[in-house]
Amino acid sequence: MSHDLLVALPIVIPLATGVIALLFYDSRDSQRVISVIGSAALLLAGIALLMTARADGILVTEMGGWPPPFGINFVADLFSSLMVLMTGLIAFTVSVYSLATMDPRRESFGYYPLFHILLMGITGSFLTGDMFNLFVWFEVMLISSFVLIALGGERPQLEGAIKYVALNLISSAILLGAIGLLYGLAGTLNMADLGMKLQDVDEPWLVTTVGMLFLVSFGIKAAVFPMFFWLPASYHTPPIAVTALIAALLSKVGIYALVRAFTLIFTQETSYTHQILLVVAGLTMITGVLGAVAQYEVRKLLSFHIISQIGYMLVGLAILSPLALAGSIFYIIHNMVTKTNLFLISGVAFRLQGTYELKKLGSLYRYHPWVSSLFFVSAMALAGMPPFSGFFAKLTLVRGSLELEHYAIVAVALLTSLLTLFSMTKIWTEGYWTPSPAEEEGKLPPGVDEFPGWTRNMVAMFLPIIILASLSVGMGILAQPVISLLVETAEQLLDPSLYIESVIGDEP
Amino acid sequence: METLMAILIGCLFASGIYLMLRRSIVKLAIGLVLLSQSANLLIFTAAGLTRGNPPLVSAGESMPPLPYADPLPQALVLTAIVIGFGVLAFTLVLVKRVYQTVGTDDLDEMRSTDGFKD
Repeated sequence: MSHDLLVALPIVIPLATGVIALLFYDSRDSQRVISVIGSAALLLAGIALLMTARADGILVTEMGGWPPPFGINFVADLFSSLMVLMTGLIAFTVSVYSLATMDPRRESFGYYPLFHILLMGITGSFLTGDMFNLFVWFEVMLISSFVLIALGGERPQLEGAIKYVALNLISSAILLGAIGLLYGLAGTLNMADLGMKLQDVDEPWLVTTVGMLFLVSFGIKAAVFPMFFWLPASYHTPPIAVTALIAALLSKVGIYALVRAFTLIFTQETSYTHQILLVVAGLTMITGVLGAVAQYEVRKLLSFHIISQIGYMLVGLAILSPLALAGSIFYIIHNMVTKTNLFLISGVAFRLQGTYELKKLGSLYRYHPWVSSLFFVSAMALAGMPPFSGFFAKLTLVRGSLELEHYAIVAVALLTSLLTLFSMTKIWTEGYWTPSPAEEEGKLPPGVDEFPGWTRNMVAMFLPIIILASLSVGMGILAQPVISLLVETAEQLLDPSLYIESVIGDEP
Repeated sequence: METLMAILIGCLFASGIYLMLRRSIVKLAIGLVLLSQSANLLIFTAAGLTRGNPPLVSAGESMPPLPYADPLPQALVLTAIVIGFGVLAFTLVLVKRVYQTVGTDDLDEMRSTDGFKD
């Protein structure tokens, strides 16, 4: 397959799926089939892209045949391909899970088309090599996520949506302004060209100022401290499949953009910019986890954990060593897998007992030991216990930081990790181990005989959970090949000349 | 001219942010409009305000006649306006639905999802 096609496929597949699903607007059943096929195809395209990018180096395609920096080009280096692959994985698992959990009303009002257009915005952001194009993909992604959050029109959804929309539009306005200033400074918006032209400017502080605008804008999208307040106010309001999807993917797009911008473009005054990133990372970790510890609603609790884990993802970027950056990327991948899984399992618990409140949940371990063990695996992975994926992600990150003697951030990371373990144990004891309020009164808890046998609905509900749980075990047991791939990825990111050369070529 | 534009953009940003800090959701929406318009103007200004010829290369030449205006920021602004328009349409519908469902336009009454209390 030609490289051009391979790089374009992750954008074309969701677009085609969304459009075809829209053509079958009246038929819910066809939309469900189309959606699963489309997301499976995206997953396969992601695998093919990563394998080719690893074998052949950075893949570049020029849209419309205009050579960079004049035309818009799409670039798939290892990091982009990895993120596209993860998007495909999350898309596939969540679309299967949606079959069992999405209510018919939302399904017939365009849930599946929106789902795939959102995916298109996300893969587009991961692959584009042009700053303004990145803004456009962000907007594609945002508008579909706005509708997905508000779809259904329940009061909490609308209240969450208004905050989500307002904060994200502010971030877009800042991004737009920053892009304008960047164009005024450099006269180009192609990322590779920017990376080349801004390396030896006369006034690096001017570039750094614009870089800070990008930091604020991407930081709002990634929900870093102190700009995360929209996230716990909105993420838990839509149905659990939507929550799992946006929790896994949207803030990671912000992180991706930060990593791309601060490894390729804004590397003039790293002692200043990356010091800020390090402080922000530490504060994000600790505030996120403290917020989580105080919560008793499973979805809100998990939303706060997203924030604290965003902090871990920033540490590697702030330290800028191959090992630490590899740890951060490991963290992104691990977090996408486990966090999605935790949301999906809490959806199962909701199906059983009809609540997300920890104080009302209970007895799940006694009556549903298998559901509980799947939760246990993901929760321990999130808290970073060996042998699951989270442990090795943390180990790589901590080792990378220790090598460069960043002791303070390591202390914060380990403290956060301890608090994460505490709040995961809280869910485990309150929700799964202690008897539910009904059982304490001598009655059977609700949902005891909810899962009588392997019906089609059951398969659609548990297949994604089992896939994700085995991945988080697998990434822990086979950590060596994963880490070597990620170190390769990080080294590619830390050597911008590779990226620039493969886009611009050797000619001046 | 640049100074004048800078002052104008600053005023627009300031009034946009002021409106967004009010409690009414309608003012929030208007604030968003002002904010995105000022960002558009910022692109336009930062890229350089040139009063010049259209950037059309006539037959036999390799460059447009100097001085020519840079067409790229105009294309960017145009794209941003279109996107902003779409987003604004959605925001207005959302504001209306929020008002219908919650029964108030006061943002302070919309705190049930904030997540800092049980």
